[in-house]
Amino acid sequence: MLVGDVETTLTPEEVEYARRQLGREPNALEWSMIDAEWSEHCSYKSSKPVISQLPTSSPRVLIGPGYDSGVVDIGDGYVLTMHIESHNHPSAVEPYGGAATGIGGVVRDILCMGTTPIAFLDALKFGDITKSDHSKWIMKNVVRGIADYGNCIGVPTVAGEVEFDECFERNCLVDVACLGVGRKNELLLAEATHQGDSVFLIGGSTGRDGIHGVTFASRTLAADTDQERSAVQIPDPFTKKLIIEATLAVNQTGIVRGCKDLGGGGLVTGLSEIADKGGTGIEVHLEKIPIREPDMSSIEIMISESQERMLLVVKRGQDNVLREIMKKYGVACARIGEVNSSGKITVTRFGKPIANLPTTFVANAPIIRRAARAPKTRRVAREPELPEDIKKVLLNLLASPTVASKEWVFQQYDHEVGVRTVAKPGQADAAVLSLPNGKFAAFKVDGNALFSELDPYVGGASVLAECCRNIISVGAEPLAMLDHCQFGDPNDEEIFWAFSMVVKGIADFAKVLSLPCVGGKVSFYNQDEVTGKAIKPSPVLAVLGLIEKPEHVTKMAFRGDDETVIVVGETKRELGGSEYHRLMGVSGVSPPTLNFELEKRTQAAVLDCIRSGFVVACHDCSKGGLGIALAEMAIAGSRGASLNLTTLASAQMRDDELLFSESNSRFILTTTKPNQVLKILAERQVPSTIIGTVGGDSLHLVLRECEIHCNLSEMQDAYMNSLQRVLEPWQK
Amino acid sequence: MKVAVIQFPGSNCDRDTVHVLKNSLKLDTQLIWHNEFDEKEYDAVILPGGFSFGDHLRAGIIAGHSPATKGVRKMAAQGKPVLGICNGFQILIEAGLLPGALLRNTTLKFVCKWTDLRVEADNTAFTCAIGKGSRIRMPIAHNEGRFYADDDLLDRLDADGRVVMKYVDENPTGTSRGIVAIANEDGNVVGMMPHPERASDAALGGVDGLGVFRSMLEWARC
Repeated sequence: MLVGDVETTLTPEEVEYARRQLGREPNALEWSMIDAEWSEHCSYKSSKPVISQLPTSSPRVLIGPGYDSGVVDIGDGYVLTMHIESHNHPSAVEPYGGAATGIGGVVRDILCMGTTPIAFLDALKFGDITKSDHSKWIMKNVVRGIADYGNCIGVPTVAGEVEFDECFERNCLVDVACLGVGRKNELLLAEATHQGDSVFLIGGSTGRDGIHGVTFASRTLAADTDQERSAVQIPDPFTKKLIIEATLAVNQTGIVRGCKDLGGGGLVTGLSEIADKGGTGIEVHLEKIPIREPDMSSIEIMISESQERMLLVVKRGQDNVLREIMKKYGVACARIGEVNSSGKITVTRFGKPIANLPTTFVANAPIIRRAARAPKTRRVAREPELPEDIKKVLLNLLASPTVASKEWVFQQYDHEVGVRTVAKPGQADAAVLSLPNGKFAAFKVDGNALFSELDPYVGGASVLAECCRNIISVGAEPLAMLDHCQFGDPNDEEIFWAFSMVVKGIADFAKVLSLPCVGGKVSFYNQDEVTGKAIKPSPVLAVLGLIEKPEHVTKMAFRGDDETVIVVGETKRELGGSEYHRLMGVSGVSPPTLNFELEKRTQAAVLDCIRSGFVVACHDCSKGGLGIALAEMAIAGSRGASLNLTTLASAQMRDDELLFSESNSRFILTTTKPNQVLKILAERQVPSTIIGTVGGDSLHLVLRECEIHCNLSEMQDAYMNSLQRVLEPWQK
Repeated sequence: MKVAVIQFPGSNCDRDTVHVLKNSLKLDTQLIWHNEFDEKEYDAVILPGGFSFGDHLRAGIIAGHSPATKGVRKMAAQGKPVLGICNGFQILIEAGLLPGALLRNTTLKFVCKWTDLRVEADNTAFTCAIGKGSRIRMPIAHNEGRFYADDDLLDRLDADGRVVMKYVDENPTGTSRGIVAIANEDGNVVGMMPHPERASDAALGGVDGLGVFRSMLEWARC
């Protein structure tokens, strides 16, 4: 609403609350500061009561949600830091700059904890690129934006996922997770704890880009999005690279007391949060801030989201040490204020106070309790007819954009820089990175909008199950996760209900797994004002795992002709929400069930098999079902297999169900010691079946009604080349 | 042997290269900030990959005209081993130490992948321990790595044995005659687009890159 002369996104209740708390009428600058910090984007005012269900602690968690990154102890004096961000609205309007600044933002979250960024993962969701030129344009530019930025700053992009669905046509989702590594005793917090310390702004100058970025992200996209490009920031990866080097160097000196990334909400958010967390106050002098344009107003300076800026809190008397290091790296720095004990954020310009607000008031928006309502009826769809040519369906599914190899995407990312990428994109279910203590990190992001639309509770839990299976498959033990919930307008009670159920599903299953959530993000308003359509509920989770020994690192490729193929878990008649249904244009059938205890037991048993040294290859069986999982293992290893799936089938199971059902709690293993593997699984009461052996140059599958025979070359062509055929039909 | 790895603003393979030289090959190696480089202290110098000066203006051109290149030029003239990897190759060309040009890939995209290469010349400081005709595997990762020269220059490079490595089978960037690495006339200055430091650990996919660095030791010995 309009308050005084200021157009804000504040509600009348919030405006009243602010007046009551302050006991006076805030001025225009103060209203703008309150508006930015109380935006949904910065304050989580709607989502806090819901996401507080997530478990957040474990013996390994040093810092959970509430800081720029979660921090996990990996032993030997080292920590891993992790965070996830999205840049959905900016990418929908200006995909190249929007995506680039998204990763620019998340890397600062890692950096300001005093840790070195070592990997990016991205989860991308676009409209149907086989039908929409607009979505092709969005996708190409998002990928190029991530590539140009990530490649330049020297942080490898090592894994991810891409999903295509018509619901993302005007609201693409661009999520980037970042992993960092550092020493436990060098960790920094975004806190200003000591009065007299200096507050420095380092990096780029403050300009008019990204003005109102957070409020822009806290509402739906308007019809004419071209008018909103000024809310998108401008990326400058070269400056970012210098900031990374300079920040890491200055952290080595021990003069930095706190560090804060300047992202959403700009200086308002940065300053109020470090003072609030540190229990202090800050006085900031606006005329000291390097600005790009001379006539910028105080409001613009305070809420600008210009990229490549960091706040550093430097110990009293050490200003020159900082200045020297910044000079070496050519990074601009300015002492813009100092920490005091006032409990207030005070803004002055040329000595004149122009804003004065209590930090706890600014940094803690009043919580909004939103109504949630389950939808009344659900459309129930019929299963499609059993296709006559099931081999053709398998090849079509391999070529469908969501299933097909994402080589077209990941080849544009430098996934090798840093010389620690042990499992590269396409080789395994998760990225595996070597760590300085001789161990390995496994990291993966997953989502599933189809399951979550059909049953948000099961959908949320299933995304966590799949992501953990991917971590287990590479031989890692899951340590922690990040959640990222993306929905439409939270004022819609059904949308808020779906959000609540997704989080409850994740939380309930995370508690069973004892897996803490160490950070996350909520992105609402992913909804088109023109059509009124919201995106499908789109939870994205990132799970971090740890591999203790190099011999436990496991990939998915069939490797030798003597390997026995074992299917772990039970295949049920559960095609609801499957990629097969997407291909057939069917929706509305309930998604697969998830038995929390069985899933947990299965994961533990498979990890046991891998750690016992009996497993050659391991692959999670999820999107696309057994048919796709087996084909992916064959393609990755350039090796076929002769397999009989009939013993997996229950009575009356159709061949499409057998091949494409996405039942939870399943893995495919290959081994040269089948008896030992079966024994471990049986001891844990986990169902398993030997289905055949690896060998030959084709995948031969015996089903109930028929046998199919796919040559490696035809599978490879469908799987590896289809994205390029859609996106760049002129290449090759 | 004391090796300098020069860190320009925007270099990003500098630490990877130092890591391999120090930890895998136990070489006395120093990471040196570009304007602190004193060539007299070193027996060999490596210009690492990355985006020096943000690739502003053109990849490698600002670093190629920066004060650090003066020292590199001196070492090149003294016959000391000088290696440019990826962005380092771009810098050596911009500095005029190697001929030709590195253009944008024909796919117009950045490409990161492992490639099969053949060593075409073993009379250089960075291939003398590998052997002519060897097939090796190393990853590439670049957007502007398509070596280009006119036919006259290409014929001359061929005739003089200055084509150091070529792609075999596939040419993912459209480079002239598949060329990915060339040398100067004396063979002590080599520029290459593939990353040997990324192919120096079996766990990361291969160790063929170690031969490039071992050659530097061998070259210094004779």
